Amino acid sequence: MRRLMHDRRLAWAAYALVAIALAALPFAVDATLGRTWVRIIDVALLFTMLALGLNIVVGYAGLLDLGYVAFFAVGAYCYALLASPQHGIHAPLLLLLPLGALVAAGFGVLLGAPTLKLRGDYLAIVTLGFGEIIRIFLNNLNHPFNLTNGPQGITLVDPLHIGDFALSKTYTLGGLTFAPVHNYYFVFLACAALVVLVSVRLEDSRIGRAWIAIREDETAARAMGINTRNIKLLAFAMGATFGGISGGLFAAFQGFISPESFTLLDSIMILCMVVLGGMGHVPGVVLGAVLLTALPEALRYVGPLQNQWLGRVLIDPSDLRMLLFGLALVLMMLFRPAGLWPSKVRKRELAT
Amino acid sequence: MSLLEARNITKRFGGLEALTDIALTIERGEIYGLIGPNGAGKTTFFNVLTGFYQADGGDFLFDGAPLDITTAHEVAAAGIARTFQNIRLFGNMTALENVMVGRHVRTRAGVVGAVLRMQSARDEERAIHARALDLLEYVGVGARQHDLANSLPYGDQRRLEIARALATEPKLLALDEPAAGMNATETATLKRLLERIRADGTTILLIEHDVKLVMGLCDRVAVLDYGRKIAEGAPAVVQRDAVVIEAYLGGALA
Repeated sequence: MRRLMHDRRLAWAAYALVAIALAALPFAVDATLGRTWVRIIDVALLFTMLALGLNIVVGYAGLLDLGYVAFFAVGAYCYALLASPQHGIHAPLLLLLPLGALVAAGFGVLLGAPTLKLRGDYLAIVTLGFGEIIRIFLNNLNHPFNLTNGPQGITLVDPLHIGDFALSKTYTLGGLTFAPVHNYYFVFLACAALVVLVSVRLEDSRIGRAWIAIREDETAARAMGINTRNIKLLAFAMGATFGGISGGLFAAFQGFISPESFTLLDSIMILCMVVLGGMGHVPGVVLGAVLLTALPEALRYVGPLQNQWLGRVLIDPSDLRMLLFGLALVLMMLFRPAGLWPSKVRKRELAT
Repeated sequence: MSLLEARNITKRFGGLEALTDIALTIERGEIYGLIGPNGAGKTTFFNVLTGFYQADGGDFLFDGAPLDITTAHEVAAAGIARTFQNIRLFGNMTALENVMVGRHVRTRAGVVGAVLRMQSARDEERAIHARALDLLEYVGVGARQHDLANSLPYGDQRRLEIARALATEPKLLALDEPAAGMNATETATLKRLLERIRADGTTILLIEHDVKLVMGLCDRVAVLDYGRKIAEGAPAVVQRDAVVIEAYLGGALA
């Protein structure tokens, strides 16, 4: 019992340390690497939420979804349409985010329902098509009635704000400067923490076990009395909810969205985060999201470095980025097929 | 009142009639064997009974009520649990988790309960865990609770599948060749387990090729051949039935 108390106190101390580190992170980064990197961290947090949402569908329930970015788009447009001059509507924040989550969940069910009997490759193709359909709709819904403003996108999207307190303003508090990127950092961090908590708790629950059972053997799962239709739809809806929330946050953060931000390549990036990090393992997926957001940014420095060392830019950094990215994927699949940080179970599975 | 009454079950696959007017009655508390040569329709009958196939004719009365079979998970909820001829465990879940999945149909916790860790959900989760552990001990694989299902020895996998089926609290436990591939010792252990399950009040429907096991275990058996029931009765009687001998050994020897 004493030991347990001790362990628990130790755990709380560890949590407190992590919390302090995370709170100090944007200021430390701002002071050393510059404000661009605080912004990159913000984006990484958004992608963490997205990757964890996709992880429910792909990692837990084993349903390969190649159109996941569609839910991100639905959430973003839901927010932007109701909080921008586009239609002159400026709905309050407390309505916008839940609504975006709800609408995205609805789209999740809409995608899930016709694909219930599909598995593997076939499911992947249908979901891929779904993602493209959403993007093309957004691109073309400017005629005959201008709903989405088509490829020009929606500008001047309201920032996250309650009354006059807007995250897009700079505040000073106790000698610390809170620039917009700092403000958003804390909101995104809180949301990401919430998504992590929900993921972890669901994984270790009756619903999570049902998802994993479907992944492992759908026929046996049905024989055990699992209503595979509802449980799969629930996975799609839960995954889409996370996507919808991060979509709304993204729209507010950027202030501008267009269909360009929601391409197949984005779906594939999110899937890479899940797979590279460690499918079905929350810490791994978070790691995957952070790494895959930060690494391509870090590779931007390769250009100036070439200049410094070689006197000229030998290889265009953006070409190099894709090259190195591809190489990293191949090496990963060869040497760590279960992901960078797989769950213990998957490690055992691949060891045999 | 009998537990299960199958009335003129017919199943066709295209032009092939896999089951023709199968009628049989399983009494409460008995071990009922379903035997027959390969391809006789035993597993097809199982799949119709457990909702994996739709019957083309006939119906089931289960526990005094018509069994409206539309989907497999409703059959499990009604109280029929099955195992598979080729073991179908959740390979990358632990033995304990496999049995915990079996509790799904008798529990209620949803997303909200799990996320908020509500008292009811936590109590239920504890009960699921305790019951799953009990069942693992019951079938004799308690020591391997934390091992992945696909890492267990063959005999343990068979018994784990039975534990998972028992977790759904079935009135009727339908086992598709549980002794297939087992050695004599494992079969003897299985026989004791099945006798104990019956003694604890669960009726068993058994497909089995191991004649010795069927004869020693079943109260009654039905013999299928080419989708028809050709004999039914006590094992000792069926064993001497001329039609059965012909079905198994061919007409020339009968």
